[in-house]
Amino acid sequence: MAYTPHKPPLPETTEQLRARIPYWGVDLDPADRPSVPKLQWQEDLSGAHWGETPDQQPEKQPRERSIEHAAVTPVFGTAQPLHGLSGAIRRYAYTRYSEARVGHWLLLVLGDRVEAWGAHLRSFATLRPDNPITQTGVLAEAGAHPIRSRYGVRRTDTVHQPLDPVLVAGPWVAAATVTWLGVRRLARAVRG
Amino acid sequence: MRATVYRGPYKLRVEEKDIPAIEHPNDVIVRVTLAAICGSDLHLYHGLMPDTRIGHTFGHEFIGVVDQVGPSVQNLQVGDRVMVPFNIFCGTCWFCARGLYSNCHNVNPNATAVGGIYGYSHTTGGYDGGQAEYVRVPFADVGPVRIPDWMSDEDAVLLTDAVPTGYFGAQLGEIVEGDVVVVFGAGIVGLVAARSAWLMGAGRVIVVDHLEYRLQMARTWASAETFNFVEYDDIVVEMKKTTGHLGADVAIDAVGAEADGSLLQHLTGVKFKLQGGSPIALNWAIDSVRKGGTVSVVGAYGPIPNMVKFGDALNKGLTLRMNQTPVKRQWPRLFEHVRNGHLTPSELVTHRFPLEHVVEGYHVFSAKLDGCIKPLVVPGAA
Repeated sequence: MAYTPHKPPLPETTEQLRARIPYWGVDLDPADRPSVPKLQWQEDLSGAHWGETPDQQPEKQPRERSIEHAAVTPVFGTAQPLHGLSGAIRRYAYTRYSEARVGHWLLLVLGDRVEAWGAHLRSFATLRPDNPITQTGVLAEAGAHPIRSRYGVRRTDTVHQPLDPVLVAGPWVAAATVTWLGVRRLARAVRG
Repeated sequence: MRATVYRGPYKLRVEEKDIPAIEHPNDVIVRVTLAAICGSDLHLYHGLMPDTRIGHTFGHEFIGVVDQVGPSVQNLQVGDRVMVPFNIFCGTCWFCARGLYSNCHNVNPNATAVGGIYGYSHTTGGYDGGQAEYVRVPFADVGPVRIPDWMSDEDAVLLTDAVPTGYFGAQLGEIVEGDVVVVFGAGIVGLVAARSAWLMGAGRVIVVDHLEYRLQMARTWASAETFNFVEYDDIVVEMKKTTGHLGADVAIDAVGAEADGSLLQHLTGVKFKLQGGSPIALNWAIDSVRKGGTVSVVGAYGPIPNMVKFGDALNKGLTLRMNQTPVKRQWPRLFEHVRNGHLTPSELVTHRFPLEHVVEGYHVFSAKLDGCIKPLVVPGAA
């Protein structure tokens, strides 16, 4: 079979589509589509009224930034400032590597995991320790048709969904095991 | 105030936090009246986004009432009911001045490769998000607008990201009359992209997913043909067969980092975080589109490199178009479409969770239980 210059015929004509879909073609003209062309000078500067340079947000503590930026931007988020070991890892990622380097991102991921473990441990010294049951939302399963939603409906993610509890609970189980073994060894050492 | 906070991968809780303060003269503080969980929030929830800090409040789709205004704010007043684009943007940098609001250079010190986004890790600027009772909104004279009286809260909150992003996905495809358009993903973004493809004159719209209840919505709400990829050995071959072995004119990736369909990609990209997500839908889009065709990407990926079939894209002469959506630039036309019924976003809302039960909302949405397509979060609800 040879391919021809023609596109295979469509199942419906334009008239049939217009009849079936009342809104068919209302944005057929690209001029009716927003953000066309991509780069388009915005005369009103979207409501900005500070000339070309916005005020600088005060920097209450040194703010980490990508080394691809010339300086800290005029506005920035102040949520969850860097702290502790995870903060040192993250700050190193920002000061040492540009966004182009995989090391930048892998160090940030490492900082995420270090912070998460520290937070879990610290939570046990509070009145609200981390709880992998309530914090994962699995208690919602009961009212959300867990069997009917997953089985007999030809969905493919049921193959790997059982991994989720392993990924969540695995580190907790491993930590508990290591702690228990350590305590047992210590107790034996104390008993002589 | 009560706020959703991140406690590590797969773990969230609701706790007391300080009400955010005015940090810049053009800030406002918004009391959130309705928020949503986005498919891209699941990337954070699953620990896929680098520099997601413990205590971070997620949520980039929200509406609310202005509660405090900074000293330079001119366009909003306390008590105004506002919708807030998920992009934080200044209006005056090189990019904003040319309409690329999602690529603003003045709001994210942490990265130049992405703009500022509410509640989306420090990689997008370190701003707490709107799955809380209050949220700080910078550049308030630029981003938010008063919600029109005729617009419902649910339509308004869906217009802060999901609907503009779906429409933008179709728009990036540069659809011309009679184009065959394949949309990968039948979440809310894919559904809106499919319906928007008809608005732009597509001749055929095909939606691919593996969740039958979402494909049903693609058939009814988006008037599309559907393929459940689980039923086929190779969905790319099916796409070729159904297009006379030419391929589609336009393919849209409306899935992003959490894609299913290849266990290897999913395990390396999602479970073990060795890639910036699992690019299965993107690879299927590249291989399903015809040579010289256009691939539009609005599914979100992280910054770690992905295993993408770039050689195929090159050798097929494809046009690849993508961006985070410049939401406010889309609004005037989309407001018209919602008002005259061409787009009916609130019909896609399937679940409403009180803020105190947001954790359950994440699990139901993530595990795709109970027919969940779009969950909303209601602060203050019992």
